[in-house]
Amino acid sequence: MAEPVLAAELRQEAPIPLDLGFALHPGEVTALFGASGAGKTTVLRCLAGLYRPRTGRIRCGGETWFDSDADLWLPSHRRRIGLVFQDYALFPHMTAEANVAAALGHLPRAQRAARARALLALVHLQDFASRRPAELSGGQRQRVAVARALAREPEVLLLDEPFSALDRAVRVALYAEIEALRARLACPIVLVTHDFEEVARLADRVLVLEDGRIIAEGDVGAISARADLPIIAAAAEAGSVLDATLVETLAARRLSVLDTAAGRLVAPVIDAAPGARLRVRIPARDVILADRAPEGLSVHNALAGTVAAVEPRAGGLADLLVAVGAARLRAQVTEDAVSRLGLAPGRPVVALVKSVAVTRPGA
Amino acid sequence: MDWEAFLLSIELGIGTVLGLAPIALWAGRALAYRDFRGKGFVEALVALPLLLPPTVVGFYLLVAFGRHSPLGQAVEALTGQLLAFSFEGLLIASILVNIPFAFQPVQRAFEAIEPSVREAGAVSGLTPWQVFLRIELPLAWPGMVTGLVLTFAHTLGEFGVVLMVGGSIPGETRTIAIAIYDRVQAFDDRSAGIMAATLLALSIAALGITNTLSRRIGRRRG
Repeated sequence: MAEPVLAAELRQEAPIPLDLGFALHPGEVTALFGASGAGKTTVLRCLAGLYRPRTGRIRCGGETWFDSDADLWLPSHRRRIGLVFQDYALFPHMTAEANVAAALGHLPRAQRAARARALLALVHLQDFASRRPAELSGGQRQRVAVARALAREPEVLLLDEPFSALDRAVRVALYAEIEALRARLACPIVLVTHDFEEVARLADRVLVLEDGRIIAEGDVGAISARADLPIIAAAAEAGSVLDATLVETLAARRLSVLDTAAGRLVAPVIDAAPGARLRVRIPARDVILADRAPEGLSVHNALAGTVAAVEPRAGGLADLLVAVGAARLRAQVTEDAVSRLGLAPGRPVVALVKSVAVTRPGA
Repeated sequence: MDWEAFLLSIELGIGTVLGLAPIALWAGRALAYRDFRGKGFVEALVALPLLLPPTVVGFYLLVAFGRHSPLGQAVEALTGQLLAFSFEGLLIASILVNIPFAFQPVQRAFEAIEPSVREAGAVSGLTPWQVFLRIELPLAWPGMVTGLVLTFAHTLGEFGVVLMVGGSIPGETRTIAIAIYDRVQAFDDRSAGIMAATLLALSIAALGITNTLSRRIGRRRG
């Protein structure tokens, strides 16, 4: 793996407990996921220089931002960071363009206006440059905030629950926007969220936080299979997250074919070009387990695998992990089905997934 | 109309505003953003002139400015002049009495700025000084102006403190509010009426300005 851009170690007992260390890599989206009060935002504020923890170290691109041993603390304005605040925190008395230009202090004055307009164009707001924040919609404000955060050419881009104040339709459009941006950015991105959909859609790697500690970390697929973590199991419509490549879209049949670690999957039409890399999610309760591939059923996806783990759940249910190829698929069935089919680790099964159950997170 | 008194009042008002503006800016911002021991006590002290009868404030200032107090003696030794019954003494008294009128709107104006907006300034690479000049001041100036307009209007109308500290020396300490009182005492209701109407008009104008400014803030936050 490439050298980390940023390495941090943050520790204190009070008032907000922190006890964690992590590294951020170029081009990678790292999600800080956890319940509210887990310390996610505090971690972000430490990186941004807005909160100084008792002890620890932050190094970024060969520069030390924080070292409690050396009593060194670089203030925010001397760290090259972009931060999108939860409430966007736009300067209310400035136009969108001036908001972005305010973060361009490192450029000669004459270049700032043009650069600010270019950044607004990047987030598709070129026509709104002279509007003030009060005259913009929530989604537009968020995009101004993103443009302003990018203006400093940050070494790290920090997003603090950037979608939480938006309604669902706007959110989905902005997911696509952020996805497009990350493809163009070389800097690591940190996304703070309590919404696993966002993690599944946008993140490469997840740090699951609880009481200021990392209780699990790994790639999104692996973390989403961790039924033993209550917060993951409780995440809305618990399911599996798979990296996929779009193979082809069968326009006449209104279906898309995807290549995943669990094999070929058929899904309802996905609006992307062949070869596009994306994520799909399969809710655990939409997975049916059978002891052999059925015939005469409407189901498109029949994936052969073996049971890897069985976790009893409340209410006569059980969560299962099924190893399919290199992927782990989560399935939720009744305890009754577990005993009828004799589902135990090592047992071969066929996982049946309706094509409509295969969806893009946040779509 | 006692023009001398009117001009003296305007002079006193402008002097009070100019003297208080930098202090109010510094203190109002400090009260809004800093946390320190005894902050509650300081805030109560700032509000004290609002509650205290002006004659009481005037009495203490008169004692402090007088020949028998260390302050009075020091000033007299330096300038050869007493603060009591002088325009300078009146100006100092006016500044002290107007502290709540100037400080509180400024403090509220700085408090109304979202903390994250100031943080966004720092994160955008602005130094603390740039954050102050480019973010805080433009957002807080309507509050500043409100405080100073209130101070000016209040100075024109101050009666008790002026009478206690300055008396009624024409051209030195007789302000328009004192002149009104003098005219009424002399049964010259016509002059008193004109001057009273002038003060009324000025106060209404001041309220108009402060209202417009606070609406302006409201609109911007929309």
